[in-house]
Amino acid sequence: MNGLFPFPENISTYGGDIDTLFNAVTWITGIVFIAVEVALVVFAIKYRARPGRKAQFVHGNDRLEYFWTGATFVIVITLALVSRPLWNRIKEPSQFPSPDLELAISAKQFEWNVTYPGPDGKLGTPDDFTRRSQLHMPVNKKILVTLSSEDVIHSFFLPNFRLKQDAVPGMHIKAWFEATKTGEYVLGCAELCGLGHYKMKGRVFVHSDAEWQQWQQQQAATALAPTQEATSAGAP
Amino acid sequence: MSTMVLPHEKQSHAHHDDRSFIQKYVFSTDHKIIGIQFLFMSLLFLVLGGGLAMVVRWQLGFPNQPMPGGGFFSEAMMNKGIMLPEMYNASVTMHGTIMVFFAIMPLLVGVWANYLIPLQIGADDMAFPRINMASFWMAFVAGLLMVASFFVVAGPANAGWTGYAPLSANPEYSGVHTGQQLWCLSIILLGFSSLAGSVNYITTIVNMRAPGMTWLRLPLSTWSLFITSILILLAIPVLAGAMILLFFDQTLGTTFYQPEHGGQPLLWQHLFWFFGHPEVYILILPAMGFVSDIIANGSRKPIFGYKAMVFAMAGLAFLSWVVWGHHMFMSGMQPMLGGAFMVSTMVIAVPSAIKTFNWLGTMWRGNIRFHSPMLHAWSFVALFVIGGLSGIFLANTPIDIPLHDTYFVVAHIHYVLFGGSLFGIFGAIIFWFPKMFGRLMNDTLGKIHWAITFVCFNMVFWPMHKLGTMGMMRRIYDPTQYPHLQEATPINHTISLWAFALYGAQIIFVVNFFWSLFKGPKAGNNPWEANGLEWVAPSPPPHGNWDGELLTVYRGPYEYSSPEAEANGTDFILQSEKPSSRQGAPGMAPAGH
Amino acid sequence: MDHAVEQMKVDERLEPGVHVYNMKFGMWVFLLSEVMFFTGLIGSYIILRFAHPEMWAEPGKVLNVPLTGFNTFVLICSSVTMVKSFAAIQNGDQAGLRKWLVATVGLGALFLSIQAVEYYKLYHEGFAPSVAMYKAAGGPLYGATFYTMTGFHGAHVTIGVLCLIFTSWRAFKGKYTATSHAGVEIMGLYWHFVDLVWIILFTIVYLM
Ligand code: HEA
Ligand code: HEA
Ligand code: CUA
Ligand SMILES: [Cu+2]
Repeated sequence: MNGLFPFPENISTYGGDIDTLFNAVTWITGIVFIAVEVALVVFAIKYRARPGRKAQFVHGNDRLEYFWTGATFVIVITLALVSRPLWNRIKEPSQFPSPDLELAISAKQFEWNVTYPGPDGKLGTPDDFTRRSQLHMPVNKKILVTLSSEDVIHSFFLPNFRLKQDAVPGMHIKAWFEATKTGEYVLGCAELCGLGHYKMKGRVFVHSDAEWQQWQQQQAATALAPTQEATSAGAP
Repeated sequence: MSTMVLPHEKQSHAHHDDRSFIQKYVFSTDHKIIGIQFLFMSLLFLVLGGGLAMVVRWQLGFPNQPMPGGGFFSEAMMNKGIMLPEMYNASVTMHGTIMVFFAIMPLLVGVWANYLIPLQIGADDMAFPRINMASFWMAFVAGLLMVASFFVVAGPANAGWTGYAPLSANPEYSGVHTGQQLWCLSIILLGFSSLAGSVNYITTIVNMRAPGMTWLRLPLSTWSLFITSILILLAIPVLAGAMILLFFDQTLGTTFYQPEHGGQPLLWQHLFWFFGHPEVYILILPAMGFVSDIIANGSRKPIFGYKAMVFAMAGLAFLSWVVWGHHMFMSGMQPMLGGAFMVSTMVIAVPSAIKTFNWLGTMWRGNIRFHSPMLHAWSFVALFVIGGLSGIFLANTPIDIPLHDTYFVVAHIHYVLFGGSLFGIFGAIIFWFPKMFGRLMNDTLGKIHWAITFVCFNMVFWPMHKLGTMGMMRRIYDPTQYPHLQEATPINHTISLWAFALYGAQIIFVVNFFWSLFKGPKAGNNPWEANGLEWVAPSPPPHGNWDGELLTVYRGPYEYSSPEAEANGTDFILQSEKPSSRQGAPGMAPAGH
Repeated sequence: MDHAVEQMKVDERLEPGVHVYNMKFGMWVFLLSEVMFFTGLIGSYIILRFAHPEMWAEPGKVLNVPLTGFNTFVLICSSVTMVKSFAAIQNGDQAGLRKWLVATVGLGALFLSIQAVEYYKLYHEGFAPSVAMYKAAGGPLYGATFYTMTGFHGAHVTIGVLCLIFTSWRAFKGKYTATSHAGVEIMGLYWHFVDLVWIILFTIVYLM
């Protein structure tokens, strides 16, 4: 399916499962799609009006009716039931894995303020520090973020992670992800949030373990000297 | 005719007509004139909504290049002809709003419910002609308010057609104050208009059918309009309530949707989508009805599974009340609920399947005449299926995570709304044009317009699925900002070129429409050799519709190619034609057996 | 006997439609949409209140329950007079019709006046709809929801009173008779609906 519907490179643990599910649905719907379109074309040609042709006088067929109703029902219900565990795994807070790192992300027009724990590894302590529109994380670690917003609704969108979650003012919404590959990626805002919606982007850095340690210590050190950035977003 | 007739209610205006010009064509209470008034108004809005889409496409295809004609706009919108985000966001919002509320909805309901219902059920007018007239004029004023919002300081609403609060509730966030308020007022007023209309349509269909016009002999257009009216009746008040609260947030300083003082942004979304999902079925059901009529007519066959078609529409309508959460999977709504909404949403595929396969069944072994309404009906099925199936991706919660609020959704919208509703509307206009104006539209021009539109449409919207999976978000003014969207630039460029061609091709339709209005060949009563009661009336029908003649209905609307018809030497038989006693029972049975 | 001919007779007798005249049926349909409107408002109220119970004051603390209780009684009485007027015209009793219609108008107007006084007082006690002006107990949402819900009901009563005045005017001109009085009947339907909504609102907004 990748040529027809290309996704950006997947680098999260659950992203692959979403892609697989997507491909499965593409197959199911693809078959239905082709069947319907082929029938439309074939009927259009085969049963086109010609002199001497007569239409068959039928009002329907109950058996067929039951058949396609039942078949569609079975397919879609199965699809829904099969998809639920994956949904719960990604979104249901009671099923989240225990996190290796917790971050607080506060959105505002038009920036993402990411608050990192300092050396003590805990959020909500004075050694926290905040970086604007930069999301750093170690690779192969489970990250739990708490999303909030200071003004309107934004949507935290990590295309490479197959993750999207709205940040709603007045709510603290949790989401998790785990990167499987180092590198730089993109963070976007997917909910119309005002005139600067189009440029509310951030950079995502997935570090190796060592790199991450180094970055965190360095940032924490500069943060201890009070900076303007550290005050722009509080802990959750 | 209503059954329990109170003396003052039964007035036949059929014989002489001494109304003034104003009474006849402006403040008319004649359902046909009101339908035609809705037709012209909503076509104008269709042109406007399409124009706004071209503005959107310009910026996406040619980011930061001066737009032709850009100099006409105020400096708050355009900088030396180059579009500003203000212009872009306002255009997207107004494009969506105008298309949904002022083009497609009136084109489906305002036009055809008014025009067709009395004609198809054999009544001489609506149950409440004056309320009907008020309904049009309310819609007209609502339209004026919406247009006026383009001219106020800071421009029209720009928070999306879904108007998510708090962005829409607080001008500090959006930069728009008066425009957003006018948006609310206009939609509330349009809501009143729709309500007045639907009370009328429901009462008329229930109470004013001609003798013999049993429920199972109603044409599917009338059935679909009946079910749609019920949806409007129950959904619009909820939207009105939500809009009123939003309006108070904007003007009175309340905080229903703003969290600083206890309000809830998600409350807006729940209310909006509780209305919004039934609304999207309001936007497709009537088209399904017209298409059913046209396909049966084109195929010269009874509609396959008439009863199943009716139940499927009722099922769609019923299910539409319990799926609204599928627009809110990423909103922070409880994931448990998301899972439940996924199941209910998927189940909607079932009645849709019934519809699709029965249309195929209708064409099967038919004797298909591809007149231009039939071509449009055929493409309705072809394209609605694509939009419906992309809905299955979106309904699947895990898959919706990457796809929500991307161009995949934009593709879905346009496949169902343009490929579905608008193709249905084109078909309906060409099909009932001769009844409305007494002249046929040109079939060759109709086919050329159809072919170009069909090709351009797919070239514009098919690639948007791909943009969506690539991760291109909706409502972004400048996609080149994002590194992962660099590859999207050439695609956007070609899409825009096709979109301009698509818009340009509509000129053919406009020319055909106006040329035929004055110069088209005269149509007889029944140019398509159809069965419905509307084809008994003269074209155009006089005030009072039937020249005083009382119709009786003897059979279903789709008895094409029945033995009874063949005994007449044709392949159609009007619903009101008296059965000759030599004929056996087959034609007598209500449709669906 | 020929089947087709027999069938035809059946068909001609088939006069579809429910045996309710258009105006009455239309009013029922319209009231359905009104139900949805108030359901939307009440639903929003419940959602907002459950999320922030602390924004609401105890019943009776801010709102004057006895006064509004009396007002509720007034509205219920007006429903009774409405029924009386309908009963009168069904018997062709013109004087009765006029008397009871005027009484209904009066009671409706009394209800609105009391509500106006109540609004005036509350507003001056700082119980305002907007955040900026709210100074009473509880929080601004309390005021906002209160005025929205009672206000929309009040607007319905106002429209009702205007229509009642029109109905009375027609009654005085002798337009209704024992056999033709649809106007009175559908007026009654609307009026009872408005009354019913008030009883629900009163319970939810004042007593809970
Ligand atoms: C005419 C309008 C219309 C119609 C008919 C539909 C029909 C459907 N829609 Fe769509 N929808 C919109 C208009 C419409 N939609 C709009 C305007 C939005 C965007 C709003 C916004 O945010 O701006 C939207 C958004 C939208 C979303 C939210 C996406 C997001 O924001 O993330 C979802 C998610 O579930 C969805 C699902 C569906 C489904 C499942 C159907 C189903 O009814 C489709 C059913 C049909 C079929 C499935 C095809 C026929 C069936 C068969 C051939 C049988 C075989 C099939 C199977 C075995 C699967 N729609
Ligand atoms: C029925 C509805 C409808 C229709 C027909 C269209 C038609 C088109 N839409 Fe629309 N679109 C929406 C409904 C519709 N759209 C909605 C609801 C949204 C979401 C808005 C939001 O995000 O808030 C949207 C968003 C949307 C976007 C996404 C913008 C963004 O997210 O940033 C884009 C981008 O390309 C787009 C493009 C187009 C194009 C090129 C057309 C073209 O097909 C237009 C072609 C032109 C016409 C069809 C008009 C022709 C006129 C006639 C035929 C009249 C004849 C007249 C007489 C006889 C007098 N639309
Ligand atoms: Cu933030 Cu869009
Ligand atoms: Cu929906």
